[in-house]
Amino acid sequence: MNHSLAVVVIASGVAYGTPLLYAALGELLTERSGVLNLGVEGMMLIGAVMGFWTVQRVHAGSGAILVVAIGVAALAGALTAAIHAFLVITLRASQIVSGLALTIFAGAAGLSSYLGNDFNLGDNPARHQFHAVFPASVQRWPIVGPIVFGQNVLVYVSWACVVAVWLYLTRTRPGLNVRAVGDSPAAADAMGIDVAAYRYAHTLVGGAFAGVAGATFTLAITPQWVDGITGGAGWIAIALVIFAFWRPELCLVGAYFFGALQALSPELQARGIHIGPTELWANSLPYLMTIVVLVLVSASSTRRWLGAPAALGLPYVREER
Amino acid sequence: MVAVPAASLVFAFFASGLVLLATGHNALSSYRRLFDAAFVANGALGQTLVSATPLAFTGLAAAAAFRMRLFNIGGEGQLLVGAITAAAAGLYFGGSGGPSAFAIAAMVVAGCAGGAAWALIPGILRAFFRTNEIITSLMLNYVAAYLLTYLIFNTQSYWRQTTGFNAAVFPTSKDLPSSALWPGATIHLRGGILLPLGAGFAVLAAAVLWVLYSRTRFGFEAQVLGDSPRAARYAGMRTRRKILAVMAISGAIAGLGGASQDGDFRHTLDADPNGLQRQYYGYSGIVVAALARYNPFAVLLVAFLVGGLQNAGNTLQGADFPSGLVGVIQGIILFSALGGELLVRYRIRISRRPAAAPPAPEAA
Repeated sequence: MNHSLAVVVIASGVAYGTPLLYAALGELLTERSGVLNLGVEGMMLIGAVMGFWTVQRVHAGSGAILVVAIGVAALAGALTAAIHAFLVITLRASQIVSGLALTIFAGAAGLSSYLGNDFNLGDNPARHQFHAVFPASVQRWPIVGPIVFGQNVLVYVSWACVVAVWLYLTRTRPGLNVRAVGDSPAAADAMGIDVAAYRYAHTLVGGAFAGVAGATFTLAITPQWVDGITGGAGWIAIALVIFAFWRPELCLVGAYFFGALQALSPELQARGIHIGPTELWANSLPYLMTIVVLVLVSASSTRRWLGAPAALGLPYVREER
Repeated sequence: MVAVPAASLVFAFFASGLVLLATGHNALSSYRRLFDAAFVANGALGQTLVSATPLAFTGLAAAAAFRMRLFNIGGEGQLLVGAITAAAAGLYFGGSGGPSAFAIAAMVVAGCAGGAAWALIPGILRAFFRTNEIITSLMLNYVAAYLLTYLIFNTQSYWRQTTGFNAAVFPTSKDLPSSALWPGATIHLRGGILLPLGAGFAVLAAAVLWVLYSRTRFGFEAQVLGDSPRAARYAGMRTRRKILAVMAISGAIAGLGGASQDGDFRHTLDADPNGLQRQYYGYSGIVVAALARYNPFAVLLVAFLVGGLQNAGNTLQGADFPSGLVGVIQGIILFSALGGELLVRYRIRISRRPAAAPPAPEAA
């Protein structure tokens, strides 16, 4: 039963969905503060390459090195996001163009490729990687074994992150302040909240989450380095925030749905299942489904912006208040 | 007008030099070799034109859409689909013998149609469902790449070479018949510079775009719709129709770039994962358009400069010239153009009484 197509696809859907979940949570925090960052794909790739670099080049015990690698990936993602933060918060540049520039700068043909190439990371598989946490006997339990207990620690931490982000946004003072900054920066400013500081902080934290998301690819899903290893996951994550109506708990559902779509193609190929032009539709499915869901969300205009921060994408200029 | 882009270029090379230094390379010698490989060495200018031609198309495509504040990020996919449809036309209508105007015209029409059709998907979704075109057009880039790969590697398609020894060993695409190869003009200078026919089409496309946007009612309305959708609606302009038309024009130009890839340079439908798809012409086109400030003629000039960069990157790629450097420089050019523009705008605002607020960027 545990080897049936459905169970395997759902179990690896959780694995493939984890980077989407991290990236979407980060983008959600950034957007809740009113900053749209379209550079998720680029930040993920920087996190992916730097996390991978850490496990290949730094020598320490397996557990310690993986923790350090995640830290390095988060830091690298945050530093990449800092460029965007400076341009759109301090210089008030167009958030759309700056985010695109970030993806071109850091993306598959940019800095991430440069670093991977310069450090010769493409030659070898990862020396350390995240493995399943629970013993094999537990993983053999029917259905829940592979899906719930067959995962690595990054998956379980991501669940904690969902709860933490939800608590932060709904139950803490800074979380409520962020929502004020995203919905009405002028009002927040009048309340004495430092709009720019909040936006900087949440853009950087969003970048850190994206960096971890990238490292999930190179340290868990496909433990190796290839240019553009994230394959558009950053863009799917941006769309995911919209489908999830800017709510962390819905990000979880969406991430696993899209993760399962991504898991489908390799699993069909491994089993030699052919239904029509399988390589074409199965590979394209996550991208096409992103379009379909975006259309469904945007088709009804009243629901389109449900939960969207009112000041999303707009620079805050105090003298124009 | 020229100061900001020029200063951005200078700043970008300075900042990218820091990246080179930080990773243990000699920035000055890297730049000297870069410049040499792009513009000076024997045959360099010809190679730069090879890289600049597709960038002119994708740059014009991005610029055409942006004049209406439509972010068509799908130039990459539209170019690939244009290459697919144009290759089909070339294979079907081409024959032996010299270049045939009929076969070339068929490829141009097919390439434009393919690119336009691919761009109309996000266009229709934007016009009728108000779906954000950035994400939809980008997602279709991945689908187009899978389509191209599928046609050659996973199925016995019309484009795939099915006879001969090599076809049995490794999947390849059919070569275009000789009458479907685009002719070029050679300038006998510095080892011969080949002016590809596609470069001529790019200049023509730029001229058409310029006339369209600065001399016709259509272009005026498109710009009003981009700058102030509400004013346009009160004036009775048809938003949907214009979105569809502008996306189709944008996609057609990118698709023409794909046709030029087939006819001018690759002489087959290039599905190699390290070939056409690895050049990321569509994404670089966005850089070109932004740096040219969406002016069609400036796009041609910037495409030539960025094409030089790309060409040098391809030529020099190796141990002391890591592959992503070109993308790094392009990204930093975009950042500095963005930052520089803001500095200019800010200075203007201080020197006068409270000026109009800058146009708010549209949220995704």
